[in-house]
Amino acid sequence: MASNGIRDRVAIVGMGCTPFGEHWDKGASDLLVDATGEALTSAGIELKDVDAFWLGTLFSGQSGLTLSRPLKIDYKPVSRLENYCATGSEAFRNACYAVASGAYDVAMAIGVEKLKDSGYSGLPGSGGVGDGTRAALTAPATFSLLAPAYAKKFGVDERQFKDVITRIAWKNHKNGALNPRAQFRKEVSKETIACSPIVAGALGIFDCSGVSDGSAAAIIVRAEDAHRYTKHPLYVKALSFVAGPAAGPIDPGYDYTTFPEVVASAADAYAQAGIKDPRQELAMAEVHDCFTPTELVLMEDLGFSSRGTAWKDVLAGTYDLDGELAVNPDGGLKSFGHPIGASGLRMLFECWLQLRGEAGQRQIASVGRGRKLALTHNLGGAPGECVSFVGVVGSEPSA
Amino acid sequence: MRGIVAYGAYLPYWRLERKAIAEALGVPAGSGTRAVASYDEDTTSLGVEAGRAALRGVSIVPHALFFATSAPAYLDKTNATAIHAALDLPVSAFAVDVAGSVRSAVGAMRAARDARGPVLAVLSDVRTGLPGGGDERDGGDGAAAFVFADDAPEARVLAEPLGAASATAEFLDRWRLPGEAASHVWEERFGEHAYVPLGEAALTEALKQAGVTAPALARLIVAGPHGRAVKRVAAAAGVKKEAIADDLVASIGNAGAAQAGLMFADALDRAQPDDLVAVVSLADGADASLWRVSAATKRPAGVAARLAGGGRVSYPTFLSWRGFLQREPPRRPDPQAPEAPPSLRAEAWKFAFTGSRCQACGTRHLPPQRVCVKCHAVDRMAPERLADVPATIATFTVDRLAYSPSPPMVVAVLDFEGGGRFQSEMTDVDPKAVKIGDRVAMTFRRIITAGGVHNYFWKARPLGGSAR
Repeated sequence: MASNGIRDRVAIVGMGCTPFGEHWDKGASDLLVDATGEALTSAGIELKDVDAFWLGTLFSGQSGLTLSRPLKIDYKPVSRLENYCATGSEAFRNACYAVASGAYDVAMAIGVEKLKDSGYSGLPGSGGVGDGTRAALTAPATFSLLAPAYAKKFGVDERQFKDVITRIAWKNHKNGALNPRAQFRKEVSKETIACSPIVAGALGIFDCSGVSDGSAAAIIVRAEDAHRYTKHPLYVKALSFVAGPAAGPIDPGYDYTTFPEVVASAADAYAQAGIKDPRQELAMAEVHDCFTPTELVLMEDLGFSSRGTAWKDVLAGTYDLDGELAVNPDGGLKSFGHPIGASGLRMLFECWLQLRGEAGQRQIASVGRGRKLALTHNLGGAPGECVSFVGVVGSEPSA
Repeated sequence: MRGIVAYGAYLPYWRLERKAIAEALGVPAGSGTRAVASYDEDTTSLGVEAGRAALRGVSIVPHALFFATSAPAYLDKTNATAIHAALDLPVSAFAVDVAGSVRSAVGAMRAARDARGPVLAVLSDVRTGLPGGGDERDGGDGAAAFVFADDAPEARVLAEPLGAASATAEFLDRWRLPGEAASHVWEERFGEHAYVPLGEAALTEALKQAGVTAPALARLIVAGPHGRAVKRVAAAAGVKKEAIADDLVASIGNAGAAQAGLMFADALDRAQPDDLVAVVSLADGADASLWRVSAATKRPAGVAARLAGGGRVSYPTFLSWRGFLQREPPRRPDPQAPEAPPSLRAEAWKFAFTGSRCQACGTRHLPPQRVCVKCHAVDRMAPERLADVPATIATFTVDRLAYSPSPPMVVAVLDFEGGGRFQSEMTDVDPKAVKIGDRVAMTFRRIITAGGVHNYFWKARPLGGSAR
């Protein structure tokens, strides 16, 4: 029994990503058509060249018909799947395995979410309430549970902690300001962020990711076929996905300062990719900054900062666009927006641009200096009870 | 000898200052406070807390439960069954409502007194009046519970019934149609005219049955929604002035079907052995009962102690809790009703707060699990009730986006003494005062009413330290 991975066996040869935001004039079907079109053009193929499809969406449709109906896909396999906010990465992972297995030559992974039709602040609820004994707290509230626990454990006072999470939001807005596809394309001052109305616990409105509509897609082929489609494919180095036992809310051993699921999936992904020191080896990381304290904790869980020190690294600018390791160079969920099913693929889209040197004003210098690996991290659920994806892609096959 | 072997009282945490009504509405509203059931309490949840207080520390299990209130949370559906479930009474125990009027309380007490075996009477009320009116000002919320049983070494009779008498008459003093938010009353002097002779007749007959004279009474309790009639009957009874019990209206308000019970519990808290106590209830007639206190009943956590705690609720908040001030809800999906089949499957968890303990490794689980989170043993669980186990806050949040009948929602991760963790809503709490490490106790509440269904479950309330 082992997690063997499929390092360098498949590659991304085309990608598409709609702008994220409030698409009042587009439905989920329109967004799917747009992202698919851009991905196909990017790979230089037509829809009929794709052998199988994986569609990720949490709320915006059920079954493969959600994709085949608007695109008029003729009698091909279309799987629709869902894994909370890691849905987009899960679509990508399954498409990669299908190609690696030899079952198909060309697969497309696509994610979509149309959140702005609900009229709600935040996410719509999902399903019934059963026996009604689960506290009905919102997503920002569940992630805000990290704040007092982290601050207390590592001796960060309330004011310092607010400075840390404010800087994360400030950084991601600054990056997003350089991104024409981001939902929020302007810098926001630290004062504005810190003084924004409180949503839950220590989190103000600016500590929360954008509620948005959008779609992103990737075309996947066997690695040996990649150069038939593009000069600069991205090779898939690692795909790790774990679901935890959801022990946090029932086990006093969990302390709300870490995501054990992320630690496990990161270790698996680094083993698959042969990464020893992610902070030194990665050119960039797109991580699941659904709320600012999440990004803080992820820096430690992904092994970028040692335990209890990420807050200092954040304040030191380690993860800025021009820092030691750029984190969320495209603006992240915070500024690019978070249409659930699309987010995992949107993260890959930034890796696609950065590692190919196509990120324009956001281009990370370390890529020019020879760093060739990028990480995406996608998480669904809540602290203590989540699913986590860690993937690594690279611009060259391993020697 | 059969009598009362245990009793308990419950007052909600919140108090409304009457002067807050005066300031808001520009009407005279008198002085003092009234007890206010929180937005997540109703007569059923108050009754559960009184029942818990009565049963705490006694080892007997009631065979029957009579629940009295003038404000039942459900009609057509028994409310006593939720109390039965929350108190973890056996399936074989009978549970029934004696509901609809203040006089229902007398019925529950009589039924419990006259039954066989250990029986619990729960008297509970939430009193509401239209803004600016007398019932709003002088009403109060609370509950009392009494356990009746034969005298036995494990539960001694504390108060023995010596006699009881009634006087019944049909007249229109106070009434409310089903669905109405507040009651109607006829003019005050008419009620006084009708009640006073009935009260005198019932008390006289009860004293006669017991062979006791009024001056021998250590305590005379006269209760009833009609304040003037209550005062007249008490004053004319011929007892020593200091024997007349405080009606608790200045501090708690008139708690309707629970008023006589709260006053009786308060009297028992202070009673000496061999004291004679008379209880007269003026409600659609008059009912009098006479009791001899047979053992010392001093209780540190009695009515007076419960009265001493409490936080102040503002008048606008009080109005919103009572449904007279509708607030803008958050832009969130409407809350959903709990579903009947999962609620039945989880009855012991939802109503009695019964988790499970792994018989292989001893780990506690909340809610109960089939597979142990620690050792992964399958189906090796034994039920374990944690309703009375205190807990400590591991982390917490104040959710200002979540739908709550009284935002913000405070949620804490609780670690229970002796093991077990649960993520719980908090109540009776100052959101600004919550800290990691604070101790809490569980309390039975109505989380929300959605789709015409009351969602009952447990919440945590501060235990010393911050707000309480």
